[in-house]
Amino acid sequence: MSKTYVVVAEVRDSKLRQVTLEALNSVALAQEDDDLLAVILMGHQLAAITEQLSQYVAGQIHVIDHIDLGTYNSETYFAAIKDVLDSLNPHVVFLGHTASGRDLAPMIAAYLNAGQLSDVIAIEKADAEVLYTRPLYAGKAFEQKKFIESPQVVTIRPNNIAAATANPSNPQAEVITTDYAPPASLRSIVKDVIRKTSGKVDLTEAKIVVSGGRGVKSSDGFKPLQELAEVLNGAVGASRGACDAGYCDYALQIGQTGKVVTPEIYIACGISGAIQHLAGMSQSRIIIAINKDPEAPIFKLADYGIVGDLFVVVPLLTEEFKKALA
Amino acid sequence: MNIYVILKQTFDTEEKIAIQEGVISDDGVKFIINPYDEYAVEEALHLKEQHGGSVTVLSIGPNRTTEALRTALAMGADEAVLISDDQISSGDEFSVSKVLAAYLDKQSFDLILGGNFSIDSGGGQVAIRLSQLLNIPHVASIIKLDVSGDQAFVHRDSEGDIETLMVTLPALFTAQQGLNEPRYPSLPGIMKAKKKPFHQLTLDDVGLTESEISAKTERLSLFLPPTRKSGQILQGELNDQAAELVQLLQHSDVKAI
Repeated sequence: MSKTYVVVAEVRDSKLRQVTLEALNSVALAQEDDDLLAVILMGHQLAAITEQLSQYVAGQIHVIDHIDLGTYNSETYFAAIKDVLDSLNPHVVFLGHTASGRDLAPMIAAYLNAGQLSDVIAIEKADAEVLYTRPLYAGKAFEQKKFIESPQVVTIRPNNIAAATANPSNPQAEVITTDYAPPASLRSIVKDVIRKTSGKVDLTEAKIVVSGGRGVKSSDGFKPLQELAEVLNGAVGASRGACDAGYCDYALQIGQTGKVVTPEIYIACGISGAIQHLAGMSQSRIIIAINKDPEAPIFKLADYGIVGDLFVVVPLLTEEFKKALA
Repeated sequence: MNIYVILKQTFDTEEKIAIQEGVISDDGVKFIINPYDEYAVEEALHLKEQHGGSVTVLSIGPNRTTEALRTALAMGADEAVLISDDQISSGDEFSVSKVLAAYLDKQSFDLILGGNFSIDSGGGQVAIRLSQLLNIPHVASIIKLDVSGDQAFVHRDSEGDIETLMVTLPALFTAQQGLNEPRYPSLPGIMKAKKKPFHQLTLDDVGLTESEISAKTERLSLFLPPTRKSGQILQGELNDQAAELVQLLQHSDVKAI
């Protein structure tokens, strides 16, 4: 019997997030041939994104476009998605493991009385079962899990599952617009959003992360790292030591507390490599360590190491990359 | 103001993980209050100092969890509740949130605080599921909380952006790093904690049966990540090393450069 697979699309800064394309591919990894794909797209002024999505989706796109959905709010988004979920009777709902996905998924799971697997990094099929791999202790260990029953909710970690590829020759997706009925009374109201990340590469989605530790010494000390990240179109991260010392926002922290990142290249600058930090970055493809102390534990897992002062080495690297990428 | 803090006991963040006979070994492991939950405890104590009321810490876990709850009592919480039952230990986030909801549904509260996620299983589900089951609003990942009357004003960390929200109580919030700096238990606090009410409950006590909370997900295997081998420490003048590194990356199979 055919089942319905739902992907909750995510828009940030008026752009479709990469993780949504990865969620679309997750459906391809998990589904059977005759299953239905239904994408739910919520937000405001979604025409261009609907058009973009239709190149990926041979199924339905449910669009809920309303000014109240311009900014994520758990109550309005849940009110918007609830009726669509009722009508779709989903087998699995996929979301990104992002700020809004992490928030919305457990609401959906509780509403559907469903199990949820969070922060999934790999999906495979074995016989008739779909197996989901996810980290424990931020990646110090991994577990493979399955669902016992349906419905199911899955959040996938950005940057780990390959993205779906556009197929413009696909049959056009069926676009279904749904009206948004605001809840009778809102108990939580978003007053303001202070954008601190606009135009910057998202840390969890970045292909390259340049990260600073206590060795950066001050908030100004992050400047050379920012310059390097900019040249590489990457994002800046930090260790707990740097955050605790007040050199940067906790939003940048990578580790068992903080964010887990899995970029292609991770450049650790002035980071000694405490166990709790390693948990947050040791799954990166290539790790580069720059540290004055040749005995720093970070060198034990780095693919390439440079023993030297980061304030000398990082600007040198920036210059070399500029030359190479010119 | 009646505040409940839901907390979990976890491994210390500096612990390495070892697998023995198919399960994660807790031999000689140091246990702590999940760091995000510790922010929640601190915030609750701070609110109580401002507005009065009581702080109850609530956990589900094996008997060793008593230690984490005693620590929270020593920090200044008034009462502790531990729901401990072998029938829950095979459960998942669905199960745990059902048990918490069954207990809290019978209590009177203005605020429920918890951590953003637990550093062990990292699901980040239980608190938000709980808010849904109790039909109260929630804001996850907060870095600032002010309460005035029945309104809370919060700042939420949304991947580096900050959202400011007004929320009508009762409500649930989960703590993100940066919310506060948790206090250490004082010696008098530790002494007082021994006399504070500590309730230990079973699944039956909260009015649920095992079948009502049976897990929706099942673990098939557990494994450690492949250990990384240390690579190459570059040699020579620093500017030559920088040039060599860029060369090496350009000739690697990563697409980012």
